[in-house]
Amino acid sequence: MKLTQGCFSFLPDLTDDQITKQVQYCLTNGWAVNIEFTDDPHPRNTYWEMWGLPMFDLQDAAGVMMELAECRRVYGDRYIRLSGFDSSHGWESVRISFIVNRPPQEAEFELVRQEVGGRAIRYTTVRRQPAHAPT
Amino acid sequence: MLDVPHAMTTEPGETSFDLRKEAEEAGITGTLQQLEQELIGLKPVKNRVRQIASLLLIERIRQRAGLASSPPTLHMSFTGNPGTGKTTVALRMAKILHGLGFVRRGQVISVTRDDLVGQYIGHTAPKTKEILKKAMGGVLFIDEAYYLHRPDNERDYGQEAIEILLQVMENQREDLVVILAGYGERMTSFFASNPGFRSRIAHHVDFPDYAEAELLVIAELMLKERGYRLSAAAREAFEKYIALRRTQPFFSNARSIRNAVDRIRLRQADRLVSDLDRMLEIADLQTIDAMDVLASRVFSGVADAQGSAKP
Repeated sequence: MKLTQGCFSFLPDLTDDQITKQVQYCLTNGWAVNIEFTDDPHPRNTYWEMWGLPMFDLQDAAGVMMELAECRRVYGDRYIRLSGFDSSHGWESVRISFIVNRPPQEAEFELVRQEVGGRAIRYTTVRRQPAHAPT
Repeated sequence: MLDVPHAMTTEPGETSFDLRKEAEEAGITGTLQQLEQELIGLKPVKNRVRQIASLLLIERIRQRAGLASSPPTLHMSFTGNPGTGKTTVALRMAKILHGLGFVRRGQVISVTRDDLVGQYIGHTAPKTKEILKKAMGGVLFIDEAYYLHRPDNERDYGQEAIEILLQVMENQREDLVVILAGYGERMTSFFASNPGFRSRIAHHVDFPDYAEAELLVIAELMLKERGYRLSAAAREAFEKYIALRRTQPFFSNARSIRNAVDRIRLRQADRLVSDLDRMLEIADLQTIDAMDVLASRVFSGVADAQGSAKP
């Protein structure tokens, strides 16, 4: 199951050239690009782990790509995403976020339905353990 | 989004090129002319810049002709005595390289040892990398680069910064240009103890000392930029001043001249203000008189200088 979170996730995975262009777009707009990774891509898990600090004051995407290559080398078996933070007044939030690395075996989720009082229904997103889980 | 990475448009039919048109399109002629006008002297430096520009032009045409081409190594080392224009040329160089399309953004990140080397274990690598990331697409100018290497302390963190620098200089040649600068002898010993650096730098440019005539032109240029001009007598006095100043200790070429110019402006202002009861003309404000120059301390140490009479 292909994880769909953030921008471009319904498209085929971005190539490095395409990532470079997106990063350059962020930098041209003055956004700080941040690299994050996680092995728990649950949709409600907002806070992924940061790879270093957000990169302020960069001019060229090559610097981000250098860090991304390093992050992939260490955490190539996890999800990695880039986000662009806009610090300008009135925004002060993340403007773009997209996945740039997926583990060889993607995480799977299923929706569990639960009937509660009356005829109300609650849903929970549960991570499905892969059939041949390691360990 | 779904742009297909397009192959370099090679037209095999193209067999002849109009060199003049190509040079003008790349903005090379204009940039070189500007360099010639704005920088006095520095023949070897200008020659090297011209060679680099020519190489770029030919590389570009070769690429279009479908011949083998590889991006040239552009890391440089500027050596020379104090005040010979190393920093000025480095700042200018970024603009030139950007204009010629060697670097993508053309910003200059000017750093010294303090910006690259940390104080604690594990502090240096992130610091150096952050600077490198900021310099990507532009020029990283490392002033007084020999301070990175402390031969007396083998556990100095400078070595760590050097290793990261070397790695990036080698692997990401098309992403940034590193310029090292420093005084001649100390750079020589720095390169001697770091042979990796020497071999990764393609252009070693030595900045010669300025001749007296060149220093005078520089002074006049500085004054002109600030809206002043030398009177004939002042010009003569300034020639003498340069000749004397050169023989004295701590002479640092154009920097000494800039300081002299600033002090001369002080004296001129003081001279004008000392006589409050007269009408000032525009010309008075602009003109530097001989007495403004001759009041300098430089003359007082010399017995036969007529300037020594000045209080």
